[in-house]
Amino acid sequence: MTQLALVIDLNVCVGCHACVTSCKEWNTSGEAGYLSDDRPYGEDPTGTFFNRVQTFEVGEFPNTDTVHFPKSCLHCEDPPCVPVCPTGASYKRPEDGIVLVDYDKCIGCKYCAWACPYGVREIDEHQKVMKKCTLCVDRIYDAALPEAERKPACVMACPTSARLFGDVHDPDSEVSIAISESGGYALMPEWGTKPANHYLPRRKTRIKIHDDELMRADNPLKKEGVQPKPDVKEPSLDDVTSW
Amino acid sequence: MHPAFSVIFLTTLIGVGQGLFLALYTAQVYSTVELLPAQPNSFYVLGSAISFALLFAGLVASFFHLGHPERAWRSAARWRTSWLSREVIVLPALMGAVAVYGIVYHLDLRLKDFGFATSVDGDLALVVGAGGVALSFLLFLCTGMIYACIKFLQEWATWLTVVNYTLFGLASGFLLATVYAAYQAPALIYFYGVSTAVITLVVCVTRVASLIRNTRLRYKSTIQTAIGVRHARIVQKSQGFMGGSFNTRDFFHGAAPWLFRSIKWVFLVLVFPLPLALLSFGMIDRSVTLLTAAFVVQYLGLLAERWFFFAQANHPQNLYYQTIS
Ligand code: SF4
Ligand code: SF4
Repeated sequence: MTQLALVIDLNVCVGCHACVTSCKEWNTSGEAGYLSDDRPYGEDPTGTFFNRVQTFEVGEFPNTDTVHFPKSCLHCEDPPCVPVCPTGASYKRPEDGIVLVDYDKCIGCKYCAWACPYGVREIDEHQKVMKKCTLCVDRIYDAALPEAERKPACVMACPTSARLFGDVHDPDSEVSIAISESGGYALMPEWGTKPANHYLPRRKTRIKIHDDELMRADNPLKKEGVQPKPDVKEPSLDDVTSW
Repeated sequence: MHPAFSVIFLTTLIGVGQGLFLALYTAQVYSTVELLPAQPNSFYVLGSAISFALLFAGLVASFFHLGHPERAWRSAARWRTSWLSREVIVLPALMGAVAVYGIVYHLDLRLKDFGFATSVDGDLALVVGAGGVALSFLLFLCTGMIYACIKFLQEWATWLTVVNYTLFGLASGFLLATVYAAYQAPALIYFYGVSTAVITLVVCVTRVASLIRNTRLRYKSTIQTAIGVRHARIVQKSQGFMGGSFNTRDFFHGAAPWLFRSIKWVFLVLVFPLPLALLSFGMIDRSVTLLTAAFVVQYLGLLAERWFFFAQANHPQNLYYQTIS
């Protein structure tokens, strides 16, 4: 079984919102119709997005860490949003695990948004249907695109490569290796939703240097430290040896 | 959660309608076994018409909640998994049963008209009504479970939600039946009135129990599990956008804290002691005005109760929407 997903590396995300804008650009221009905005340049702008980048501060000054946190549908393996949908508009594709909304069936009852603990479903206030991340399903299988571009728009846009895309069920995939080697974790594990998207934690890079790495104990030519000064009359070959 | 008026009216109106129908059927059963005086057919015809009207009004209210009401028929599709879908099926089925119940009385149909002669008066209505009773309780279950089945809305995820929906519907329905009896069947006033009082007292206990339960809740999701960082002090500095979004509008009640708190006391007074007092005096004085006032006051109280039910629920997604920037 395939389960496509994103792996987001919080250690390299700089919070630039490039994924937000490219997601919006791709998905508002697609076949499924626009993602509506209201008053984009007005006092109280609002709009529909699949992806948001949030910022959290961890710790207390001066020991703080700023965590930029991109958030979109996690394509849960046991998605609580799907069984509650009365129409079957929300569904999980068996072939690749993507959770989608059929905009032609959705009645806009918003029950699925109540049933998602992560707050990633947003109703389109003009089309009156539920919208959410599609993992760019209209892009990743597009044979007209060069192979390297068959990735979600956010992944293509990220300047720091904080977003990886692939099959988390394939143990040899880039995403699976990143999860297992860099401590990938799921959000709100307490609800048993088994999110497919994973996050890689902040990691401090430190080098540990021992004293004997600075001062070689086994220097074959000379013991470091103060040497007894040779007599000037003693024979010497160079500055190093004292005989 | 943001209380939507469509859903507040839906749940309260169908509750009254279901309760009223159950009250009618109770009277029928009791009079069949001669515990209560028999009533003319018109009592049941008009009564089920009122019940039907309330259920219909609730259905209409629910349409205002939908983005695409013209596709509402699709929502019967997923009854295997979705309580909402089940409600969508059971509500029209109950409306049908109530309508047939009224028609059976109106046309004075008996089982012998269909070839099964019995000696019981209103035998066909008893059969149809039994189906209606089952559907009424099924509908209470569906309505309650729509909320109780979302496990991370911890204020709702308890069997008390289903119990309260059922008992509130019964209490308001029996109270309406008392008012109705005052006009149409004075002999039933005491039966309905005392039943209303008993149900209201029981639901007072269960609702207060759920309020107490909710003040002691410990939320399973925290900002730490939400972003997966283990540190005691995490604050959101930006939710990612300056204006509002669906997630900031639909999941927060937006009322001032004093208003939120006072609505709780408003509903506790309007649903329990005040209608009980009006009901008692109304029964003693046989005053239609006082009984009507009791029903109106309790219904207004139920609107407040439902508002509070929604507003009090704290969705874990709110952890992600704390700070604009
Ligand atoms: S993140 Fe929310 S919307 Fe996406 S699959 Fe999980 S529960 Fe459903
Ligand atoms: S809003 Fe649409 S997708 Fe969500 S539960 Fe309702 S019908 Fe299903």
